[in-house]
Amino acid sequence: MALTDHKKPEQPDSGILVVNQSRPTKANCWSCGAMRAAHFCQECGKVQPPTPVDYFTFFGLPFRLNLEPEKLEREFYALSRHLHPDINAINSDREQQWSLEKSSQLNDAYRTLKDPISRTEYLLRLQGVQLEEQSKTATEEARRTGKIKKQVVPPDLLEQVFELNMQLEEMRMNKKMGEPDRTLERELQDTKKQLQGKYNGLLEELHAAWNEWDALIDRAEQGGSVLDEDRMAVRDKMVNVLNRRTYLRNLLRDIDEVLESRT
Amino acid sequence: MSTERIVGIDLGTTNSLVAYMEGDRPVVIPGEDGLNLVPSVVALDENSQIVVGSAARKYLIETSARAVYSVKRLMGRDVEDVRDELKLFPFRLAEDLAAGEVLRIKLGDKTFTPPEISAFILRQLKRNAERYFAAPVTKAVITVPAYFNDAQRQATKDAGRIAGLEVLRLVNEPTAASLAYGLDKKNAETVAVYDLGGGTFDISILKLHEGIFEVIATNGDTHLGGDDIDNLLITIALHDIQGDLAVDVRRNAEIVQAIRKAVIDAKIALSSDEKTTFDVALPGGKRYQREVTRAQFEQLIQPVIDRTIGPVRQAMKDAGLTPKQINEAVLVGGSTRIPRVRQLVEELFQRTPHSGLNPDEVVALGAAIQAHILAGGSEATKEMLLLDVTPLSLGIESLGGGVVKIIHRNSTIPASATEHFTTGVEGQTNVAVHVVQGERELASDCRSLARFDLKGIPPMPAGLPRIEVKFLIDANGILHVSARELRSGKEAEIQVQPSYGLTDEQVENMILESFDNAEEDFRRRQVIEARNEAETMLTALEKGRKNPAWDQLSSQERSNVGKLETALRAVMNADDFQAIRTAIDALNQGTMHLAEMMMESAVGTALKGQNMDTADVGEGPASPHPIAQAEIK
Repeated sequence: MALTDHKKPEQPDSGILVVNQSRPTKANCWSCGAMRAAHFCQECGKVQPPTPVDYFTFFGLPFRLNLEPEKLEREFYALSRHLHPDINAINSDREQQWSLEKSSQLNDAYRTLKDPISRTEYLLRLQGVQLEEQSKTATEEARRTGKIKKQVVPPDLLEQVFELNMQLEEMRMNKKMGEPDRTLERELQDTKKQLQGKYNGLLEELHAAWNEWDALIDRAEQGGSVLDEDRMAVRDKMVNVLNRRTYLRNLLRDIDEVLESRT
Repeated sequence: MSTERIVGIDLGTTNSLVAYMEGDRPVVIPGEDGLNLVPSVVALDENSQIVVGSAARKYLIETSARAVYSVKRLMGRDVEDVRDELKLFPFRLAEDLAAGEVLRIKLGDKTFTPPEISAFILRQLKRNAERYFAAPVTKAVITVPAYFNDAQRQATKDAGRIAGLEVLRLVNEPTAASLAYGLDKKNAETVAVYDLGGGTFDISILKLHEGIFEVIATNGDTHLGGDDIDNLLITIALHDIQGDLAVDVRRNAEIVQAIRKAVIDAKIALSSDEKTTFDVALPGGKRYQREVTRAQFEQLIQPVIDRTIGPVRQAMKDAGLTPKQINEAVLVGGSTRIPRVRQLVEELFQRTPHSGLNPDEVVALGAAIQAHILAGGSEATKEMLLLDVTPLSLGIESLGGGVVKIIHRNSTIPASATEHFTTGVEGQTNVAVHVVQGERELASDCRSLARFDLKGIPPMPAGLPRIEVKFLIDANGILHVSARELRSGKEAEIQVQPSYGLTDEQVENMILESFDNAEEDFRRRQVIEARNEAETMLTALEKGRKNPAWDQLSSQERSNVGKLETALRAVMNADDFQAIRTAIDALNQGTMHLAEMMMESAVGTALKGQNMDTADVGEGPASPHPIAQAEIK
């Protein structure tokens, strides 16, 4: 097995995605001719042909990051009742195919938007950010192959990480020799607690960035102008939080692994 | 609702059932023997005819080389996968199997693939339903363990096609059970379904909300169930026999089957009794007898049932829930009758598990509800909708043999992912893609689903082509792949070669063979049934002629009945069941007046102090029309 090379789609660095460009358009139902909403006909209930839209637009939402999970869930259930293949099982082959595609689109969209982190990552990708999304995969790959993965250590963690890596290495060695060091273990537990605190704190930082972002969206929706540099600044803030988060997550996992493999 | 009935089938490791929705309640359709459960045993009788169910069971003990059970364990699996099973199960594989080939199992002097053997069971269930409805059945919903992978699902779908059934949906067993459980539930709640069957274990966590059954997380083990408990006890018994009685019967397949039966009886007895005794006759007049207490039994099986704990914890973790947040734990599968299993579930969820439904039947009942929903539903199921998940992550092998996950486990299905590929060499026109399923980091540790080549890529510098591949898991949990090259706008040719399983062509051939038989079988049965009805009718008519009411008919009526009788006798020995039925219906109509008068005179006699039994109104089941056949319901 070779030749497989993974490349993320090259997203254009579009600076214009502040406001949805492609809201679901109204059109006539293919079956009964009535004016319809985007996904199914409100007159005859028939599922409509799929159109390629982003996940926010699919739900008729603006590109805001604060959203009500309960409202999203209600909308997801309501759309499922029309789009799911079970509902369309006795319809024509064509409608069944549309139903399959539209409900997978619905499920993909719901899954992505309901989780705060994947929602943020998705929006950033729409913003043209090449997120190191597979950092987890890349890390695993590096660990497996023994290659050293280049990773930028967040500056505020630099000192702690240096210390931690030495401790982890020592701990691993101890284990190999079968001489667990209880003092070292306690120290690692303390470090873990500290890092966990930082990790949780990042969510607050992220929420603050969300609010800034949503304020830009609101301004744009009301016809105000949004400076590109403002948009980029918030965007970079979120990228920064997510990168630090990934980094911390990997550190915490490393500590857990060492602590759990206690003999 | 369409007139064609869609049935729900639970194709189990140990037992199989067929059910359908009667009004707004699901009911199990019994077999010819009047029993709801059809043992999932298939045998080849002395005349090389396939026998299924209870009838096949006796071959297990008499000539076990002619019978096979628990074939579900082999569905969608490779020789490599089943090495461990072969130590414990008397599966006799064909000798000439190549690696990667679909297994073939010897049954007498013939060999069959697992989907074909499952198809025999399905065909028996189909027949049971057809007899029940007196109409052909061609569409079904079939249940599978939630933790079945793509290959196992595809094999089940193939089995359906081979049996002449269009499989409208594969439904996960615990999810189906939750449908039966939640039929009358209106409140929002979170439910854990613990399903320990004959050969598989599933745990599913669901949110029930206004008729929507949303699976949040699922986990399991497709090779863990009552079979494992039986095998453990059999091993101990064999060991005992060798030690105490100095007889090695391990190679005596018939004795092993007799021990297996004794072990199962003991296991069942210990669910209600505190102790029981194994008693097996051995060759040479010896007997193996041993008393087992429930406490001993529980100690023995603890390691087996403890294997369910890991999947339960993982599912709870994936769902992000603690046991306190679960409103109800529902028990499904025959093995949950074991008190120790119930106790374990109680410990895991910190509440008494719900066992109001028959754990053997609840999956089939749920499948019937799902079949009804697919058929368009009714008032009872109007609000009901299942949102299930894929149990295993879908990934692609990356450079270096790692796995890049593209659809994570517990994603609601249908689910899709789009990936982009490019070339690594100048002018390269093919790109190979390897799709795997599983949670492990290395592709070689995951289940290989398919390898395919993206062909016909226009020659371009390395890295320039962009091939977009769309992976879509449908509502059955089965993967579909499509691809196109974006720069040239060309649809990339794609041939998906499944790593396991039958090719479409193989399935087609199997269908053709069995289809011919199935249609012929159905026709033959119809003829026999119609003839039997004609016999009953004519006997009843003989009786009617001796009844005083006969003489009260006008001579024209009498001669008309005579003509219709002659017409029926003329067609009843031919092979056209429709002609027989038409003649029966005509005679039925023609004797309506006679029947009414007989009825009146019978009632009259009854008033004179006799009862209906002595008033001769014809034999057989009571019917509104004493001459017509009883309605078979």
